[in-house]
Amino acid sequence: MKKGVKKALCVALAAGMIVPMAACGSKGGSAEKTGGDAKTQTTKSGGEGKVLNIQCWNDEFARRLRDHYPDFKPTDKENPTKGGTIGDVKVKFTVTPSDNNAYQNNLDEVLPKNADAKDDSKVDLFLIEADYARKYINTKTPVTEKIADLGITDADLANQYQYTKDVVTDSKGDLRGVSWQGCPGLLIYNRSIAKAMWGDDSPETVQQHVKDWDTFNATAAELKAKNYKVEATVNDSYRVYSQNATEPWVDKNGKIQIDDNIMKWVDDSKKLVDAGETGTDDLWSDGWKAGFKAPGDTFCYFGPAWLINFSMGNAPDSDKGDDGSIAYQGGWGACEGPQSFNWGGTWICAAKGTDNKTLIADIMKKMTCDKDTMLDIVKKDSDFVNNQPAMEEAAKDDSYAFKVLGGQNPLPLFCEGAKKISMKNLSDYDQGCTESFQKAMKDYFTGNASKDEALNNFYSDVMKKYPNLTK
Amino acid sequence: MKTKNNKVVAYNKWGYIFLIPFFAIFTIFQLIPLFTTIYNSFFENYRVGLEQIGPKFVGLANYVKLITKGHLLFYAGNTMIMWLIGFIPQIFVSLLLAAWFTDPSLRLKGQRFFKTVIYLPNLIMAAAFAMLFFTLFGGSKHAPINALLISMGILKKPFDFFASVWATRSLVGLMNFLMWFGNTTILLMAGMMGIDQSLFEAAEVDGATSTQIFFKITLPLLRPILVYVLITSLIGGLQMFDVPQILTNGSGQPVNSTMTMIMELNKHLYSKNLGMGGALSTVLFIITGILSFIVYKLTMKGQES
Repeated sequence: MKKGVKKALCVALAAGMIVPMAACGSKGGSAEKTGGDAKTQTTKSGGEGKVLNIQCWNDEFARRLRDHYPDFKPTDKENPTKGGTIGDVKVKFTVTPSDNNAYQNNLDEVLPKNADAKDDSKVDLFLIEADYARKYINTKTPVTEKIADLGITDADLANQYQYTKDVVTDSKGDLRGVSWQGCPGLLIYNRSIAKAMWGDDSPETVQQHVKDWDTFNATAAELKAKNYKVEATVNDSYRVYSQNATEPWVDKNGKIQIDDNIMKWVDDSKKLVDAGETGTDDLWSDGWKAGFKAPGDTFCYFGPAWLINFSMGNAPDSDKGDDGSIAYQGGWGACEGPQSFNWGGTWICAAKGTDNKTLIADIMKKMTCDKDTMLDIVKKDSDFVNNQPAMEEAAKDDSYAFKVLGGQNPLPLFCEGAKKISMKNLSDYDQGCTESFQKAMKDYFTGNASKDEALNNFYSDVMKKYPNLTK
Repeated sequence: MKTKNNKVVAYNKWGYIFLIPFFAIFTIFQLIPLFTTIYNSFFENYRVGLEQIGPKFVGLANYVKLITKGHLLFYAGNTMIMWLIGFIPQIFVSLLLAAWFTDPSLRLKGQRFFKTVIYLPNLIMAAAFAMLFFTLFGGSKHAPINALLISMGILKKPFDFFASVWATRSLVGLMNFLMWFGNTTILLMAGMMGIDQSLFEAAEVDGATSTQIFFKITLPLLRPILVYVLITSLIGGLQMFDVPQILTNGSGQPVNSTMTMIMELNKHLYSKNLGMGGALSTVLFIITGILSFIVYKLTMKGQES
């Protein structure tokens, strides 16, 4: 009897240890099983899914949806990324920050298997940026639906800037994404500094002091004499040089190449850093952001409309009140700067295998083709939208002036810039190369490495990221 | 007699049954991954964008690439330097604290409190700790440490800690020191308290000074624990990852001087490069094995004779 109890106890204990493991095993099994069921379900029913899953890296798209897609009812108005509903469809956002490639790693995992995923958990819509757009557009096995297959016609898209279509057109000529933004960039300067320097803060005057790189660098020395930084960090001007490059990062044979204009950025920047005219902080770092606060010691930033409205602080009419930013005082001005350029942009893609095609098509049409919605975005969010006739019209209308820019209407300048954008140098490796290059060159700027050492570090870093490339 | 023997056999059986969970977990989560890692290291297997390249058997090509082009020694050097910066002060401070805590003649007050306090940094996640240091030691003049040093008049303009090789390495070392000295102190204390008190009393009666007692009695008898601390810290040091990764945002800057071997391994994940990752892991496994063996042999030598 006693022995029996002991034995039973031992078995129970042993089972207690093993069962949790077994439970783990069976959990995986059941997930697989339901996955299989879902597959048969989708093939049977042609109806639309009940959950719209959106993959993104910040709350920009969620806020646009909240403010400009009336059918979207967020559960939390303050934080629309918590999701909500569109009609009887539940909207779910999955936010994965871009840092350390996390956003793309996530997409890489889910997208290839998406068509077979469970209905309610499959990705329906995801967002991409220009730097890595090719990776998801130009794949052998598509991970995006063709825009034409969603029922959006060329006529619907006629007003969009051609470059925004080039970025997301695959090698067979099929369009696979749409964007509501255009991202021509401008030089955004601190008006009070301009006034202190030249007694005038009008864009025309300032443009004379930054009209080309030689003038810009000479101005940097002038600013330094009065303890101002010409730009927050050398990485600010990187895009201006890189977007005016004549060669892509990687040639046809998979060889990494550094364009002359990018090397000019290195040389110009080294001089600026050595003279103490700017720093080497990373973009988005606290040091970089410091110049957004009033009064600010940073003369200018380079950026498109989204930088002004999304990063620089609260707009004067924001109900969030004074955050101590120059933006809130309307203290910025915009001029063309040394060279025209563009930076970033967000594209909306429909994931292959989505079960919400009609809804996605409606969101795309509303956000990227509907003139009224788009003008509303310009008015409320000071963004530059992807609609050429509408923007050119708004450029003539002073009611579209940006409060952040002290009442200046930068749309004429943006429109000029947008016409010049060319994306022919886009390669599949842009993001990795850009990040590695800025990182490696920082060592050169700070004096920790010679130029050759820094370049070698760049090459080895890129070849680690893309083992198929050669030096 | 016969029944007794049976009983032993019966208990053995239960012993094995109780060991099953450990071996099952060990096999699934350690042994199999270990072998698949080694197996993977002989293949070319990575992704470009969403496209899978390989797997294709390439023999030792990954190892050759790792040694000729991978800067392996450089990263190993970084790792060891940062480990030493943290470990040397750690072992001194821990020995001192352990000696004080275990010395009954000092009659320290609030021992429990201090033991808890020195252990606390270890409870903070390394990632959170690194974020804290990243913010504290930022390069701009608004960052706390720089602001403090400037307002105290020690610095004229902000010092960019993360642009200086030795400042960044020292910060990593300092953080590892702060996080682990409490743990080491407690291990050493356990070792010291395990030493027979009569030895100390005898030494005192013979007129030995406290320094003599420490070096002639405590340290030699503490050797097994010291060996254990050294080996575990070394292995932990070789696997150093989270602190420098978060502190430098994964870049290992400046000039890759804080890039540890595991951070380098992590870089291969960008292209999901199982081949190179496997090769690096295997090398790391061998180095860890050899180092542990050497340290163990060296420190055990005296005891055997």
